[in-house]
Amino acid sequence: MQRDGSNAPTADTVDDVSLTLEAYADTIVPGEKRWPGDRAVVGAATGGGAVAAGALELLRWDATGISDGLDDLAQRVNGHAEAYAEETGLELDPEVPAFVALDFDHRTEVVARLTRPGHPEKEFWVLLSLFCNMAFDSAAHLHTADALRDGHPGLEAMGITRPDADGLWRFRNFGYGRELARTHPTTTPSGSPA
Amino acid sequence: MSETTERTDVLVIGSGFGGAIAAYHLAAGGAKVTVLERGPWLESQEFEHDYKLGSSYTRIFDFVVGDGMSVLGGNCVGGGSVVYFAAMPRAPRFVFERKGSIGRRMWPKTISRDTLDPWYDRVEESLSVSRQGWEDASYAGGLWAAACHRAGRTANPLAAAIDNSRCVNCNFMMAGCRFEAKQSLTSNYLPAAIAHGAEIRPLHEVQYLERTAEGGYRIHYDIVHDEDYRLRNGSGVIEAKIVVMAAGAAATPVILQRSEAHLGRMPHAVGRYFSGNGERLNTAILNEDKVAELLGLSRGEGEPPYGANAIGRGPTVASWDRLDGSLPEYSRYSLEQLYFPPGLGTILAQAPGATGPAWFGREKKEILKNWKSWLTIFSMTEDDNEGVFGPPPATGNAHRISQQMLGRGSLTYRPTDNTWRGWRQSDADVKEILEKDGLAKVMPWTNDLVGAYTVHPLASCRMGDDQHTSALDDTNELRGHPGIFVTDGSAVPGALTVNPAMTIAAVAERAVPGIVAAAQRRGIAVSYGAPTPNGRRSGRESPLPLLPVLARA
Repeated sequence: MQRDGSNAPTADTVDDVSLTLEAYADTIVPGEKRWPGDRAVVGAATGGGAVAAGALELLRWDATGISDGLDDLAQRVNGHAEAYAEETGLELDPEVPAFVALDFDHRTEVVARLTRPGHPEKEFWVLLSLFCNMAFDSAAHLHTADALRDGHPGLEAMGITRPDADGLWRFRNFGYGRELARTHPTTTPSGSPA
Repeated sequence: MSETTERTDVLVIGSGFGGAIAAYHLAAGGAKVTVLERGPWLESQEFEHDYKLGSSYTRIFDFVVGDGMSVLGGNCVGGGSVVYFAAMPRAPRFVFERKGSIGRRMWPKTISRDTLDPWYDRVEESLSVSRQGWEDASYAGGLWAAACHRAGRTANPLAAAIDNSRCVNCNFMMAGCRFEAKQSLTSNYLPAAIAHGAEIRPLHEVQYLERTAEGGYRIHYDIVHDEDYRLRNGSGVIEAKIVVMAAGAAATPVILQRSEAHLGRMPHAVGRYFSGNGERLNTAILNEDKVAELLGLSRGEGEPPYGANAIGRGPTVASWDRLDGSLPEYSRYSLEQLYFPPGLGTILAQAPGATGPAWFGREKKEILKNWKSWLTIFSMTEDDNEGVFGPPPATGNAHRISQQMLGRGSLTYRPTDNTWRGWRQSDADVKEILEKDGLAKVMPWTNDLVGAYTVHPLASCRMGDDQHTSALDDTNELRGHPGIFVTDGSAVPGALTVNPAMTIAAVAERAVPGIVAAAQRRGIAVSYGAPTPNGRRSGRESPLPLLPVLARA
């Protein structure tokens, strides 16, 4: 997932929509910068976040049902970022899209506002957030066993173990195997509440 | 209609508990039975351990986002029984006496724990439900039991429809049981129904019903694409003398709403009084050192004392101290250890004590890194039946967003103070048990994103004695529309405070004699009295005295 500085994409080589969506995904599950000048991923956390986990790959898959709307969402979130910057008196770097120009805490505040109950566009932002999250915590664009084999940053961070050779999980040891509480005094013979 | 219109005696909509049980008994009794199921038909070998979109997990599950409530349900042959966690407790006695939002008894007076017990017995025999011992509890269940015990509470291993000798504790049961350890309807009622001639058609989504000149029903369905459920592969029509509706509590009322233009006025309670079974979730992040120190638990050399969120078979232990009929309504609930897979089970979990946003961002990522040490506690409380379905979507029960699983439905749910009281009380209880002496940090799931969240939708087309607040009479027949019966969770009048599959199945078993009698009156050669799908007969005897009431004209 790491790239060295010389191959790092610049704002010219990565389109604004991608930069914006990466910045949004990085706000949902933050990660470390992929290269020193990374603008989308601000490095608010250690280890890979939603972007390194493949958020854009998942978002762009038509199975999600949101792939067609991504350009619009990027445009909208940048519009909200501009309005936010104006409201709070922030100066934005014109070299990158407005949302990307915000620092992590300001991005967080924008996302918090957009996903708050009552916001007219809340449903879209929740959906976008949901898929960003899923890229990290379930790698929904990859076969789980493949993702684990390839060191997927989300599944690995969560400590999900690898399956058996046939791709199935089996746990031989599964419980403490002893009585750990008194049962309810009125439990019926078949094990139900009275 | 043209002469080529297909005809059957009994058309069953949906193949979950309500549909499969009715289909089996009617087919075994001699009726021609056709089952239309909107979801696909998967064999055990197709149940995958995979979170990728398009795997069995997303093919057989349905997540419908509403306004204030989102519903998880099954979407396959076998319905909820394929994705369920097979916890099969009976509902406590006080549940049947509940008054709920209407201030008088919600359940028909003919149904009580005593009169439902013979039907519970039948289901227990049919699905091999067994009492579980402590040796069967998962680490998560054992941990919950130990924490309850330390807090002065009791805890019970949950009765379950699982063959423990086959179970590998993979915790993938929501994607279908690959090892056939879980008793899904695809291994009992449905094959038995097929053996008696019933026909099951997957990917057939019923849209609406209309009446035939002979007093039967004409059922209109679409054929759903087998991979991208947003697409349709045509449509069709079938006529039947009797219709059994069991599309699930999030779909049955929607089909009836859409049928109103053809069938005439629906009872007021169709699409109203929806209950989310009072469900509420809390996530605890365990302090592993404290698990060892306070609870004395160990998994052995080289393993953390707990760290086993991923291991097990859904819920295995519940605390029933608040299932006390002497307590006031809305303050009774069970607290059950549960497992939720990543994705659906992580997005709504909140970081305890977060100074910034709790469901996303820096602090949320930190708790995800401790996912192995999560313990999910599921509260099943008494809600106020406050869910109402709005106008139906163009097709199905939701506007489908993703190719599978995710859609936007028309359900609105505004939790009342009563519901909130139960949720808050159970939240406080979970916190008290698990945060004692620093064992864990606990936060409820947020309701801000997709509303409250239920895996057990109920009551949206419910039974009752009062025609103003119930859509069905006590034989499950739709008021004003003879020959239409509803046998799924939507018939159950309200929250049960425990997992509802056992009660839904028992109510469906109880409904069958009445459906058979109605079928006979409509000239169908059918009789009642089949043994359980596996041929056992002992559970058949005790309901016999109840039959004259149920089969009354």
